[in-house]
Formats: sequence, structure tokens, C-alpha cells
Amino acid sequence: MVLAELIAIKERELAARKPVVITCCLAAGCLSSAGQAVKEALDQAVKTASLDAEVEVRGVGCMRLCCEGPLVFIDPPGTLYQQVKPEDAASLVGTVRGGTTHVARGEPNHPFFARQMSIVLENSGFMDPERIEAYIARDGYLAVRNVLREMTPAEVVSEITRSGLRGRGGAGYPTGLKWSTVAKTSSAKKYVICNADEGDPGAFMDRSVLESDPHRVLEGMIIAAYAVGADQGYIYVRAEYPLAISRLQTAIRQAKQLGLLGSGVFESPFNFNLDIRIGAGAFVCGEETALMASVEGRRGQPRPRPPFPAESGLFGQPTLINNVETFACVPPILRRGAEWFAAIGTERSKGTKVFALAGKVKHTGLIEVPMGMTLREIVQDMGGGVPDGGQIKAVQTGGPSGGCIPAAHLDTPVDYESLGRLGSIMGSGGMIVMDQQDNMVDVARFFMEFCKDESCGKCVPCRAGTVQMHALLCRLLARQATARDLAKLEELCDLVRNTSLCGLGITAPNPVLSTLRFFRQEYLDLLAPEPWKPATPPAPLPGLG
Amino acid sequence: MAAKVFTIDGQEISATEGQSVLEAAHEAGIRIPTLCHLEGVMDVGACRLCLVEIAGSNKLVPACTTQVADGMVVATTSERLQRYRRLLLELLFAERNHVCAVCVSNGHCELQSLAMHLGMDHVSFPYTFPKLEVDLTHRLFGMDHNRCVLCGRCVRVCWYVEGAATKNFSGRGASSRIISDLNQPWGESRTCTACGKCVHACPTGALFEKGTTVGEMQKDRGKLEYIVTAREKKQWIV
Amino acid sequence: MSNVAVSPPASKSRAPLAHPSGDKRFKMLEVFIKRQQQRHDALIEVLHKAQELFGFLDTDLLLFVAHGLRLPPSRVYGVATFYHFFKLKPQGAHTCVVCMGTACYVKGAQQVVEALEQAAHIRAGETTPDGRFSLMTARCIGACGIAPAVVYDAAVAARQTPASAVERVKGWLDHGPR
Repeated sequence: MVLAELIAIKERELAARKPVVITCCLAAGCLSSAGQAVKEALDQAVKTASLDAEVEVRGVGCMRLCCEGPLVFIDPPGTLYQQVKPEDAASLVGTVRGGTTHVARGEPNHPFFARQMSIVLENSGFMDPERIEAYIARDGYLAVRNVLREMTPAEVVSEITRSGLRGRGGAGYPTGLKWSTVAKTSSAKKYVICNADEGDPGAFMDRSVLESDPHRVLEGMIIAAYAVGADQGYIYVRAEYPLAISRLQTAIRQAKQLGLLGSGVFESPFNFNLDIRIGAGAFVCGEETALMASVEGRRGQPRPRPPFPAESGLFGQPTLINNVETFACVPPILRRGAEWFAAIGTERSKGTKVFALAGKVKHTGLIEVPMGMTLREIVQDMGGGVPDGGQIKAVQTGGPSGGCIPAAHLDTPVDYESLGRLGSIMGSGGMIVMDQQDNMVDVARFFMEFCKDESCGKCVPCRAGTVQMHALLCRLLARQATARDLAKLEELCDLVRNTSLCGLGITAPNPVLSTLRFFRQEYLDLLAPEPWKPATPPAPLPGLG
Repeated sequence: MAAKVFTIDGQEISATEGQSVLEAAHEAGIRIPTLCHLEGVMDVGACRLCLVEIAGSNKLVPACTTQVADGMVVATTSERLQRYRRLLLELLFAERNHVCAVCVSNGHCELQSLAMHLGMDHVSFPYTFPKLEVDLTHRLFGMDHNRCVLCGRCVRVCWYVEGAATKNFSGRGASSRIISDLNQPWGESRTCTACGKCVHACPTGALFEKGTTVGEMQKDRGKLEYIVTAREKKQWIV
Repeated sequence: MSNVAVSPPASKSRAPLAHPSGDKRFKMLEVFIKRQQQRHDALIEVLHKAQELFGFLDTDLLLFVAHGLRLPPSRVYGVATFYHFFKLKPQGAHTCVVCMGTACYVKGAQQVVEALEQAAHIRAGETTPDGRFSLMTARCIGACGIAPAVVYDAAVAARQTPASAVERVKGWLDHGPR
């Protein structure tokens, strides 16, 4: 593969474009509501109407508005159709010839779409994720070529550093710094790992990126490997994402065929092999050291740091770990320059962030917005607020490691620092809207149950502390807890946060702490009157919320 | 090896490079509570009892896996640390069924002596009373899961000292258990060499020699240390 | 411990790969293990393959994997039980996985589980005595935009209610209340 071939593929692909393109969402959300049948019906309808020469029906990745799926987009004229059924196919294809259809139209100018800014998702919803040519036609792999031919590894690291990119997996560690630490080590063998073990309940950003644009992640990883001097990479994907796994496998096979992976990438001396490792259902494997243990085929238990993975990681070698969205940001940064990226977002949080908007909100789906946009703009304007006239009570970010931000703080800009000040975290990007019917103590219990079940069991505070905190929350909800129990709960939160071994335990108390901070009255309302009675086994939980 | 000078509880001590805070402290006669640490096998930092404060950082670090550094100022006995340690012990006591009065290790139990040493005189959490088994299928040893603290010392000696790899953890979280082979009765294990190292590594009465009764099971740690040192330094020359 | 079926300890002669049962699936697994060049880090991949072939991992199969990869049996068992994706008991002919992610939870997934538990007379995580139906919950299947989501066999269904879920699995539970 050389530049001329890349350009030739792009030109062939663009030349083959038919006058009308009907895109049909085939990401997980739409597939679950008969998206595949819609695509097949559209194919058939085009044939029946003998429009093969004019119309292309294209299965694409996520088109964002999951709640209205299956989604179909016809361009030109640029109309979005919602909740399409297979039997609507004929009338939709008919519109190409000026016919009419009764299928509900979406509003492309609605803030849900209009306020988005696509970098990570720039190809998502436009191209067929199973064809590498489609990615190349959208300037894919151009960044790799330029990096390998025109930049030294140190220049690549410096470009990423200047872009201000921070890890999108949750903690927001500066990506450039991480890369330079690994690059500086002198080991002959280094690894690059893509963390695609998106375990936060309520988050599906990484899944969408992998399903909609897998080559982008590959390209980001190749660039990273070149920058840090690694020749082997792993993508660690959850077993719960079979579609993402199959699209990644396809993408890796295609990239190998074109000489973009393997030995001599782009006919340069640089070699890079990439393998998929499939997780097996353990949230803790999102933690770096646990993830590496899992890639090594061991129990996914974290170990104390230092040594950090950048110094001694996978198989004891220096290892770079970034998550899917972080790698997905890399190709556009190198294509368009660090300054372009750094101009987006806030002072300390650069670029855009993808969020999975879900819960009690009218428009659920995937959004990508510049950092610094307020929560209100996201959930009220873009999300359309609570359906059926309800009131937003809180927005949960960061999953089981995050917190509930109350409606009073909706004007907080979404960036790493502002969310941290409110006792939550950016997290990987799950954003769940809650309304007045959601009991915050029950929400805290829900997350504590999650942490209890997902604790690896290695360190005492996380293993035994989460069990006790969960039991206390159950007692509260059964109205059997006293003020003393509440004090005990707070004492445990303090213990577990300060003494746990890894991030899972350290952040496990966050949902309790943040709801105690903003919704303390709900806890107080559940207290049983004194005198204190001896502990009774926690009663089964009433179906709250 | 370069010498490192650092301060621990106000006392200036010197240590060799690569030494852990725990080792250096013990050499200087300062006792830091530990449970999952076992002389001679690698440390895992799991029990969190040896957490110490380092000046200039608000993060607590385990003394067993933290290497000494020049000028480091370590505090091991602050009120906060002692409180955390007591709470951690309470969590351990509430997690399984520890009844000292009928335990073979009564009086020789590390968990018990830690509780006494740290002044943990009551458990403020509800006991979880899990239903657990006692495995008496092995011809020499017994395993009582009710008294297990999941420190993993038996697993580490079995893998790294004996090399039999009979013991391991199964499950995760609160449902973690110590198993033999494929969760078989210990007596049916085909990998176990009956060396007894796990029994002597165990801090409580969870692993014991058959035939011992209340308070009779004394663990011989010296033997383990002797074997490890002898192997590492190749002291056996026949 | 006593509740775990243990294979008879007489199979020492089997150490080089090959299974006395003559089951072809063992042969396929053996080929897969060889393709991994017996690398220890392939254990999870091998367990995935074994579960794909056999549906679940029984003691005999775990021992086969241990021999194949030359790993201590305790290591194989420890890994197989750490990850919840691996099943050590047979699953029902039909499975129903209710997503219990945050978005699904706030939209009533708990009630869906309760309704299914009542309809099938089993608790989540169990299989009906006739072996036809397993009810499970998942941490999050990443389909939050269409919450609450339920996976019936392999098909994801959007916006489920207690009634729609029970209706969907009715055919798999033809025994009525016991």
C-alpha cells in the first residue's frame, strides 16, 4: 500500500456513488427493532422499482436517535425517517421519484442534531462499517500514511500533547503524557491496548464507535503504536458486544489485506500486529491492571500501582492503554492539526465528548458535543427533557463510579473539573436522566449492588465494605435503619474510598456520597424512629422507581 | 546498592534501595500491622492493614508494596490509620464465622492478635453468617472456610514455594473461596503434595492439621522462611 | 465443595489431548488449543471456544482445557468462575436476559424481571426444572437508547413491559403454575 493506491481507492469509491443514497441504521439499537428487515425490504423495493442504477441502499452505523429507530435517511433530499417498518420500504423508495409516504419524518434541525459536533462520530451514520473502502473514501488511513512518512514518533507524541487530548475512559489523564511515558522507556517489546470493556451500565458510546466506525479505532492504535514504539496491540472487547466484535474482526482482516497492519505498514519499516481479546463479563477489567491480567488469561484482579502499566504492564513490558474514544480522536487530530482540536472545548478539557443519553428523557441516543456545554443544554434542549411533562430531578454521570447531579446544578458546564467538583466524574460518557419518581436512595442501592457484585474480592474494604454498605442501604429502604446506621454508612464510605486497592473500590462510595450530599433529606425521610432495634436481616427490596 | 534515608514515625532510618517500607520498618523495630504479608512470598497489597501515610500525598499506600525513597516521611500510627485498621478488622470478623472460643488456632491466630493489638473490642457491623463448609477429606489437613480471611497466603506458598498450584481463588467478590484443583474435595486433589506449607502459611485456623483441638494449632512460620531463604540462596549443597 | 460433581480420578492416561468419549467437539477444541500454540494467555479464548461448543463448562471439560494448555486445574477453575460469562451449569434451551443497566433500571427493568420470575416460577439466574428456559440478568447490554431492553435467545427487543415480556416467553413455559 502506498499513497497512490490509497487515493485510487478513494476515487473509485467516490466515483461509484449513486445519485441517491438511502442510509439505513444497522447499529445495535436499530437492529433490535427490525433494522435489518428494513434494510432488506429497501433493497428489494429498489430492485422492484428498477432504480438500481440510481439508488444505493447502504447499511451504516449509528444515526444517533436510538429511541426513534429504525432510522432511514434519504439523500438527496436529506430527509430522516423514523420508526420505519419493512412494509414502508416501497413508499420510501417511491419518494425518490416524487412519491409520498406516511412515514414519520425526523427534524434534522432539532437541537438534538443541530447542537452536535462530530469528530469521533464524523463517519458514524454515513458509511458502511464493514467496508474499508468506505472509510478510505472519507480520508481514512491518510493520517497513518502521513505519520509514517513525514513524522518522527516524538513529533507524533508532541502533536497529541499539544492537542490537549485527555483520556476519555473516565479519569481524564492527559493522553500525550501517557504516550510520552511509554515512548521514553527503552524496552524492545512494548504493547498498545485498546480498552473496549465498556462496563458502565448506561453507557454505549464505545459500542457505537466500534459498530459504526471500527477502522477509526484501528487507525488511532496504529498511530499510537508508532509513536510509542510498540509492535503488538490488543483490543479488549466485552463479550456482550458480539456485533462490535464481528465488525472489528472484519476491519482487522481488511486492514491486513491492504498492508495497513502486519509487517511493513504502508511499506515502511514499521510493523504492527493487532489481536482481539474478548472479555468475559467482569466490570473490574476496565481497570488497567485488571485488564492486563485478563489479556494474560488470568483472573482479572488489579494489582497495586506503581509500577504503572507505562513502565511494567502487559507481560511485564511497557504498555499503553487508552479507551476506544481516545483512540478514535487520534486520526482527526493528526489530519487536521493539534491547534484545530485544542480550539474546541474549554481551557482544560479539549475537544468533544460523546455521551449516551438515556433514562427519563424524550430523545435517547448518542450525542457528541464540545466540552463545556452545560448539562441543561444537553438534557433539556437536545434531550427534550422528561417525556409526559415530568421534571428532571437529577442527571447521573460516570456510572457506578460517578454521582447524581441535581437539577439545581444543571447549568454546570460538562468538563472534567466541573463534574469532579460536584462529586461526580465525566466517566466514559453515560448520562442517565432521572425524574421525580426516582428514589435517590434506591439509585444509590442499585449502584452499590453493582459494585458489590463486581468487586473482584482481592482487597478487604471493597469486598466486605460494599456488602455492608449495600445491606445498610437495603435497611434504609425497608425503613429499618436508624440515624446510627446512617452514620455507619458514611463511615464506611470514607473507609472504602480511602483504603481500597483500585479505582473500583475507591469510587464505589461515590453514588452514595453524591446522593447524600444533594438529597440527604431522602435518606432522613427513610429513617426508622428511635429507639434503635437490633439488626434484622434486610427485607426484600420493594420495587421502587 | 544505594542506601536510602527516610523518616518513619519521626525516626530517621536507612534502608537499601528496592526495600519496601514494611521491610525497612521491621528492621528498625517498628511494627506495622499486616495480614496478607508473608515473609518469603511476594506481596499483593490486599488486606490494606499496612496502609501508611506519606507526607505530601493524601493517598494512603500499602507499606508492603511501596518502595522506600530518599527523604520519604512515613507515618504508621495516626489516629485515622488506626481507626481504618479497626474497621477493616471488623469487616473481616463480620464477613465469615469467626468463633475464637472453639477455634483450633485460638491464642495463636494472627487475626485475633491483630484485633487485640489494635483495640478492636467489638464488631459494629451485622454479621453476615454465610453458610460455609469444612473440608476434612484430606488425610492430614482440614480447611474450614468459616475462618478464612481470603488473604491468599496459602495460594501463594502453594504456587511459588511448593510449585504444586493446588490452591487458588474461585469466584469473586464476597463469594470468593479458596479451592483445591477444580473445586474438588481436597483429599481428591491429584496435584496436592501434602507438604503442609499452606497450613503453616495460614494466619487463622482456616487451614489446620487434623487431630488438633481448640487452641492447639500453632503455625510454624520459621520453617517456611527457612525453606525460601535456603532455596533463594542455594544453601543446600550435598 | 461436596455439591460439585467430580470426575473419577482415573483419567490419567488421557493426558495427551484426546477424549475417550469420542465426542467430535473435543477434537475441535483440541485443534483450537493447538492453534493457540498452547500459550497460557489464551486460556480465556479457549474457555470461550469450549463454551461455544458445549454450551457450558463442566468439570471434565475444564480438566481437558487444563491438560491442553498445560495449566494447573486450579488456575482454569479460578478463571472460569471469576468471569460471569462462563457457565458451569447447563443453560435452558431458551434464554431470556433482562438488561439491568441504569437506563433500563430507571425505566422499570426490575418489574420486568419480577414478572418473568413469577411467570416461570424461578428466580433470575435459574433454569426451569424441565431445562427449557433460563432467566438471567445482564449488567448492561449497551442498548440504553431503547430501554428497557430484553434479549430473547439472541434477539434484542426494545421497550419491554412486564406484560410484553411474559407474552414473549409464554411459549417456552407451557407447564403452567405448579
